[in-house]
Amino acid sequence: MARPVLQVDNLTVEFPTRRGTLRAVDDISFRIDAGEVLGVVGESGAGKSMTGTAVIGLLEPPGRISGGRVQLEGARIDHLPHDQMRRLRGQRIGMIFQDPLTSLNPLYTIGFHLTETIRTHTDRGEAEARARAIELLTEVGIPAPAQRIDQYPHHFSGGMRQRVVIALALCAEPRLVIADEPTTALDVSIQAQIIQLLKRLCREHGTSVLLITHDMGVIAETADRVAVMYAGRIVEVGPVREVVQNAKHPYTEGLMDAIPKIGGRTEDLAQIRGTMPRLSQIPAGCAFHPRCPRAFDRCRQERPELLDAGASRAACWLHAGEPAGAGTGRGGGERG
Amino acid sequence: MSVAERPLLQVRDLAKTFDVSPPLLNRVLQGQPQAFVQAIDNVGFDIPRGTTFSLVGESGSGKSTVARVVVGLYRPTRGSVTFDGTDLASIRGRRQMAPLRRRWAMIFQDPYASLNPRWRVRTIIAEPIRVHGLAAGAAAIRRRVGELLELVGLSAADGEKFPHEFSGGQRQRISIARALASEPEFLVCDEPTSALDVSVQAQILNLMKRLQRELGLTYLFISHDLAVVYHISDYVGVMYLGRLVEWAPAHALFTRPQHPYTRMLLEAIPDLEMSGRARTPVGGEVPSPIQPPDGCHFHPRCPFADGDRCQREVPATLDIAGGGQVRCHAVAERRMPPADTHTRGG
Ligand SMILES: Nc1ncnc2c1ncn2[C@@H]1O[C@H](COP(=O)(O)OP(=O)(O)OP(=O)(O)O)[C@@H](O)[C@H]1O
Ligand code: SF4
Ligand SMILES: [Mg+2]
Repeated sequence: MARPVLQVDNLTVEFPTRRGTLRAVDDISFRIDAGEVLGVVGESGAGKSMTGTAVIGLLEPPGRISGGRVQLEGARIDHLPHDQMRRLRGQRIGMIFQDPLTSLNPLYTIGFHLTETIRTHTDRGEAEARARAIELLTEVGIPAPAQRIDQYPHHFSGGMRQRVVIALALCAEPRLVIADEPTTALDVSIQAQIIQLLKRLCREHGTSVLLITHDMGVIAETADRVAVMYAGRIVEVGPVREVVQNAKHPYTEGLMDAIPKIGGRTEDLAQIRGTMPRLSQIPAGCAFHPRCPRAFDRCRQERPELLDAGASRAACWLHAGEPAGAGTGRGGGERG
Repeated sequence: MSVAERPLLQVRDLAKTFDVSPPLLNRVLQGQPQAFVQAIDNVGFDIPRGTTFSLVGESGSGKSTVARVVVGLYRPTRGSVTFDGTDLASIRGRRQMAPLRRRWAMIFQDPYASLNPRWRVRTIIAEPIRVHGLAAGAAAIRRRVGELLELVGLSAADGEKFPHEFSGGQRQRISIARALASEPEFLVCDEPTSALDVSVQAQILNLMKRLQRELGLTYLFISHDLAVVYHISDYVGVMYLGRLVEWAPAHALFTRPQHPYTRMLLEAIPDLEMSGRARTPVGGEVPSPIQPPDGCHFHPRCPFADGDRCQREVPATLDIAGGGQVRCHAVAERRMPPADTHTRGG
């Protein structure tokens, strides 16, 4: 099998606090192949953003990677020195966040942001970089880019700013883009534009994407595969159509049923009882068992790793009966 | 019209303009002009008793302004709000307002911001009971607070805690309990589930529907999420840059959308059924509300705009066969192609 662009093995992220160490990401493994979009979905506090920040080395201290490894195209990047990591971000990993203003400095023009990034990461000169910047702005659908390139971020609407951030993320032709809630702050009609843009550009450039969002709709539209997170763990991973339409983990199933759907019945929505546990109070066994309608004894005692479940894998003892495939051992990693 | 048939709320030609001018000094020294935002313009609809009317639209379209004018937080620039037959503008003074004021309440998006963090939950919920004199004596109030907490799926013992001890969804339950404390008939809910996770949102939507059934409540519900609106509404109104461009019974609006903007919004919803349906990407940006386009505000983004009338003339309000109203020249001129069925499998 070809080498994955990103491979994460047994990643664990911890936060020391006064009352003990909290584990925000607990022994998770996944891979992203070339040109693939992996969606990471989950509710607030599930550990999705923390996974993204750990991969790009932007964990806020005292948070730290306390175990596992992260490999970009076969080379470990989880313990790189600061300056090397900074160079890697931007050059080989592009980033898109929920609020475009975290990536844009209000004091600099749009053009300055782009040309600086292009010149830092490629050997283009001033004029060439500017030409490339205009090209990129055209590509992300900014009208009249030759004029607008000299404007400041506040002259742009939220949707336009997010387009600029996408251009910035792609300008060094990175192998991987990490997009954390890229459309959450935008209006519905603009969201659809941004999703389509991101998808088209990554396809054209062969860029892999780690797409982090709470929105199943965005995942369904964009991702090839999806990993569902709950209480710091991946509870299900599989092809997007499979996970959305044929969920294997009771949590995923509950989540899908809880989403109101246009055209669906308008009686009461299915609801998952209770709430996600705090990090300091993660239940033993399967973390979902107190809320799970199908929990049995084993669920309360033993923590399930990812097990084969049809075309997907699910960390749920309901799937323990199936003939074990590769990699059902410790670590619960994905195949490959 | 008998009281039973009379809509609980009638809104007519409602308008609200905000002065967003730079400070006077800047205007004088730098010659900056005065600026106004027409946050809402000529908005009209009815809400029949016991039903839910939802307003959808993108950020800045004026949904919250309608809500705030309706509950009296803003005074309208023009138009009227009639609650159960009484024109609110005709009421003079607090004394006359008080008995009416008790009959509606508002719920906001961020339950934390609307709950006093230093008060125990029982004090928060007891406040409207005390203000409106709805129970006499500490014991009666305490009993009523306990009932309200249980009504929204919490326990009477939760009254002893402070807001920060609850999750987001539980806090929204507390603000619903407080809203219900004055025994209102009408609740205005401004994005009550937008800050919540989907699984928690489902709990709150189910709770709101149950309370409506049990207490006969009428809702004005505001959301930018069309699927939520589909789920909860009897009637849906779509706003664009301050105007109500279309409203209709919910099922009709989702199956036979008339206005080009409504169609565009429905088109923009991600497809969870994964039918592989090709989506027409929607072009354009939402224009500045300070200088909205002339004529129909939607014309720069509208695939059905004609070169002339749409740019110049504000579309009149037309009745839709089978209920509802729409404001669009293409609809009036019968230029619109029939709507494809947007509710997949509905
Ligand atoms: N108090 C105010 N002063 C000045 N302008 C205001 C005020 N309240 C609202 N506006 C303006 O009125 C317009 C309508 O705003 P409103 O908050 O009603 O929109 P909305 O549809 O609720 O948007 P959102 O989805 O973002 O909540 C906007 O252009 C807004 O900036
Ligand atoms: S009035 Fe004209 S521009 Fe406005 S929505 Fe109708 S066709 Fe489009
Ligand atoms: Mg609002």
